[in-house]
Amino acid sequence: MVERQIQLTTKPLSPKLRKVREKAIEILLFLAACSSVATTIAIIGILVYESITFFREVSLVNFLTDTQWSPLFDDAHYGILPLLSGTLVTTAVALSVAVPLGTIAAIYLSEFAPFRLREFIKPCLELLAGIPTVVYGYFALLFVTPLLQTFLWDLPGFNMLSAGIVMGVMIIPYVSSVSEDAMRSVPLHLREGSYAMGATRLQTALKVIFPSAISGITAAYILGISRAVGETMIVAIAAGLQPTLTWNPMNEAATITAYIVSVSLGDLPHGSLEYQTIFAAGLTLVLMTLVFNIFGYFLSRRYREKY
Amino acid sequence: MVETTSIKTKAKVHNLNFYYGTVQALKNINLLVTENKVTALIGPSGCGKTTLLRCFNRMHDLYSGNRYEGEILLDSEQINILSRRIDPIEVRMRISMVFQKPNPFPKSIYENVAYGLRVRGESRRSIIDEKVEQALYNAALWDEVKDRLYDLAFNLSGGQQQRLCIARALATNPEIILFDEPTSALDPISTSSIESLITRLKEQVTILIVTHNMQQAARISEYTAFMYIGEIIEFEQTKHMFTHPAKKQTEDYIRGRFG
Repeated sequence: MVERQIQLTTKPLSPKLRKVREKAIEILLFLAACSSVATTIAIIGILVYESITFFREVSLVNFLTDTQWSPLFDDAHYGILPLLSGTLVTTAVALSVAVPLGTIAAIYLSEFAPFRLREFIKPCLELLAGIPTVVYGYFALLFVTPLLQTFLWDLPGFNMLSAGIVMGVMIIPYVSSVSEDAMRSVPLHLREGSYAMGATRLQTALKVIFPSAISGITAAYILGISRAVGETMIVAIAAGLQPTLTWNPMNEAATITAYIVSVSLGDLPHGSLEYQTIFAAGLTLVLMTLVFNIFGYFLSRRYREKY
Repeated sequence: MVETTSIKTKAKVHNLNFYYGTVQALKNINLLVTENKVTALIGPSGCGKTTLLRCFNRMHDLYSGNRYEGEILLDSEQINILSRRIDPIEVRMRISMVFQKPNPFPKSIYENVAYGLRVRGESRRSIIDEKVEQALYNAALWDEVKDRLYDLAFNLSGGQQQRLCIARALATNPEIILFDEPTSALDPISTSSIESLITRLKEQVTILIVTHNMQQAARISEYTAFMYIGEIIEFEQTKHMFTHPAKKQTEDYIRGRFG
């Protein structure tokens, strides 16, 4: 009753005022939606702007073809390739761990695991993603590397192999969780259609569910790649900080991220060429993830299944 | 109820009760499915006709908490396909199903039809080729798709997709095909093509069909079971049921007074 009285005493807004208010709310919502776009643009803008100073001193050709990266030495070289190789090798090692394990875990969780077990395993798996990466880094350096050294005798103390493996473990939940969601959202009638043909669970999972969910699974892999390319702490701690152009995961090498973190923690004067290198390296990193994301977008569109 | 002079019984449902957890969905069902004939299950929504259909290929086994009591005997061998000792996969190898909504797999037309064969371990290309062609031909789809067998099945129209699903079900030479309202998602033209297909298919295979559409039951089936709240109220030759229903409920339903 009280409410009703209040309603009666409130005058309705004039149409003009209502329009203004609606518009204001719309603009507010639009700005909220824009904030992430604006942040991305701002980051790329600053990276490009700062890199321009760098590329005035060092030619792009030099940057892309020189096989040494030693901006802090007297004999300075500015070739991104050693950092690029470090990033690509650790990412490849991480993916060769995370993709098979993550996919298998996702298939098991979505198609095989009984409800209670799934409800137990999923949070455990997702906990892996919550462990601080610095812990992973020391785990790689102080546990995995010595373990690997028991049978790989000439493995150096800092190496990309153990950093990559541990990074792969860290990425498993990203891959498995997104893939599992994709597989579980495959409609029931496709699953039943397969069972009705006399298929076993494994046949259904591999021949019907997996291909039906492929676009979501691709997205999961891309997420994993982006995560691996951008990972900093593990590689900085366990893979070493020495830029080396090598494709052998048993070697020590620095990744782009590890280089950036080591330089930005140092006492280089702002604005010096040495300092500007981190923006050029950062821009390379962003472009790399951008390429992977665009690639993944087209890949998942290519395989998108309407069901 | 049903005269059995020269006709052979394919499957016999005997005192079947079915429970979803603690809810009894089917009560004391008795039914004869005649070989090379079409048997229709009709009744209002929620009466249990789809539940009964899905007992025949043990689809209920996919979900926990479901329980069967009683028997469905396949007459050739007198085995109870509901028995716990029988592997549901064995049952599904012999009894195929076509669903309400066309559900082709995200594969090519060819691979959709070959699916049942591949699942059974057949890998000889020549045999699969032959069976796929035969099944598509029998499902009246061959002429429309023979030039694009390797296109994605999703590119077919709804009616074609449903005929593809029928071809998929046919490719493994099942003894019975279960149809769960196969035309309810289709337009009238596709519906009539599926109906004439079913009429033709009964020469090779026994058919059990759930339908919401009484005219459809009248057009294509030889026998009809009218179900209501988990029970079979009346089971008769279709001609007979639609002209002289024995029970008041049946008459009300087929005259459109309820349901």
